Amino acid sequence: MKNRMLYLIFAIILILPFVLQDVNFQHITIMFLIFAGLGEGWNIITGFTGQTSFGHAAFFGIGAYTSTIMFYKFGISPWIGMILGALFAAGISAVVSYPCFRLKGHYFAIATLAVAEIIKQLFVSWDYVEGATGISIPVKPDSFWMMQFHKSKIPYFLIAYVLFIVATLVAVAVEKNKMGYYLKAIRESHEAAEALGINTTRYKLYAMMISSAVTAVFGTLYAQYILYIDPFMVFGLDISMKIVLLTVLGGLGSVYGPIIGAAILIPLSEYTRVFLGGTGKGIDLMIYGALIVIVACFEPRGVLGLFRRTKKRGAQYAKTTA
Amino acid sequence: MMFLQVVLTGVLVGSVYSLVAVGLTLVWGLMDIINFAHGDMMMISMYTVFWLYTLLKFDPFVSLPISAGITALLGIVIYKLVIKRVVNAPGLMALLATFGLSLFIRNFAQFLWTPNYRFVGESILSGKRILIADIVIGLPQLIAALGSILMTLLIALFIKRTKTGKAIQATAQSRDIAELMGVNTEKVYAVTFALSGICVGVAGTLLSGIFPVYPEAGAMYGLLAFVIVALGGFGNIWGAFYAGILIGLTEALGGFYLGTQFKYALAFLIYLLVLQFRPKGLFGW
Repeated sequence: MKNRMLYLIFAIILILPFVLQDVNFQHITIMFLIFAGLGEGWNIITGFTGQTSFGHAAFFGIGAYTSTIMFYKFGISPWIGMILGALFAAGISAVVSYPCFRLKGHYFAIATLAVAEIIKQLFVSWDYVEGATGISIPVKPDSFWMMQFHKSKIPYFLIAYVLFIVATLVAVAVEKNKMGYYLKAIRESHEAAEALGINTTRYKLYAMMISSAVTAVFGTLYAQYILYIDPFMVFGLDISMKIVLLTVLGGLGSVYGPIIGAAILIPLSEYTRVFLGGTGKGIDLMIYGALIVIVACFEPRGVLGLFRRTKKRGAQYAKTTA
Repeated sequence: MMFLQVVLTGVLVGSVYSLVAVGLTLVWGLMDIINFAHGDMMMISMYTVFWLYTLLKFDPFVSLPISAGITALLGIVIYKLVIKRVVNAPGLMALLATFGLSLFIRNFAQFLWTPNYRFVGESILSGKRILIADIVIGLPQLIAALGSILMTLLIALFIKRTKTGKAIQATAQSRDIAELMGVNTEKVYAVTFALSGICVGVAGTLLSGIFPVYPEAGAMYGLLAFVIVALGGFGNIWGAFYAGILIGLTEALGGFYLGTQFKYALAFLIYLLVLQFRPKGLFGW
């Protein structure tokens, strides 16, 4: 029953860019798929496991830089770079998070933020990867193998679509698996989970590695789509926070959360940017910020909470709001 | 000699970091809310000083009470309009609200006053310096540091000695029990936000003579303040104070010996290292 809903969403998304053949709209659907996928990845460590990460830009950037460097310096296909980037991000996340998992709550969240900032600073002053100047990915003729398409956005859309479905199914698999129950037990009570014999560090580590690998994959896609990266763009706090915002907005800890959140936030940010961004006065981000505040104030349970609440209105309504 | 000069610079910068972090730790410790708009409140205070200087020729030190008052008011408004509604929200919703607020304030400033760097020109202190042996101390920096330390002391005394301060402590320990004891926790929250605003207001004023004023001016301070607050232990005022000095020192020494491009990375690295030994911050348990 639940999965049928998910397949319906997948089907609806697939027809979108073919129905509305506007380039701007297609761009938004691609960004939507990228960020919904990122949200699914982030949800595994934060939504399921309860370990708030403010530093997922680190893995996003590692994914983007791994494929870009390999293509830029050695001409290796971004597909290989994507796989290597995911493995690399999983490895780095394991090394970095292992000592951090001793920290609880906000102490862990700030540690992830610190890690991302350190990695950003290192890339800014690392000459081999062109430092703060960033890298423009050399333009090649349209080719699936080189993941570059200039005539139409549809191929990018299809790649993003497939990756998004993979990310969502990974999240579903993690949730439905025994591991998902372990992770949720850790989220609800770390001590109780440990008392029940769950190796909390090991499962948190698994969750982090899966989450960062998914994030890195979208990093590669983003780099190939924008065809330019610099450390501030891919490692910045903005990316980390955007992933956090849209998942929290949609509904934390649910597979549907990132999809709903991204469906609201991405068109909002892209359309305000297109219509109001040209003035260079920041009106777009001003409205975007104000709308986030309004949504947070009036629907503090997330949009998914709104759905759930309208569903069981009546006797239970009084109970949930009490 | 050079070493002493660098250490001194670090301590001076660190004291201002401390004051910004003290404002953040008050709110964080009391309500468990991460205020992403903290640095932006500081930016507003810097603009207040700038405009009072440009339009009315007020010296930054004369406008100190005005700018601190404005940020205190801003703190109360933020609490009443936004935070009040999300303080009991589940998950990270409060964070979402403050992040949106930060975006709004920062871009509102950009909309009104453009992203250009502006400078507060002459103040009674600008360009003055003290020479002790070979060590040079800029008077604006020294006053900024001393003012920050004094302000931290006042806040700590306020929390410790006054009745309102004790109400804040009680609410931080348990909101329900504090309410049963007759504490108006709504008011306590509003007062705490005002105090937090005063901290960044004073810090922003003291810095406006030294650093350029622009919409992103508070961003790095806000980010460092998160690390400092966690390093000192959430809700711990003196913890935030010492952690601020430590981060200032790390930045100055690291910037001098390894290169300025690494100074922020080192500040974040110190956090990760210290937390390996003290998982709840320097002074937390």
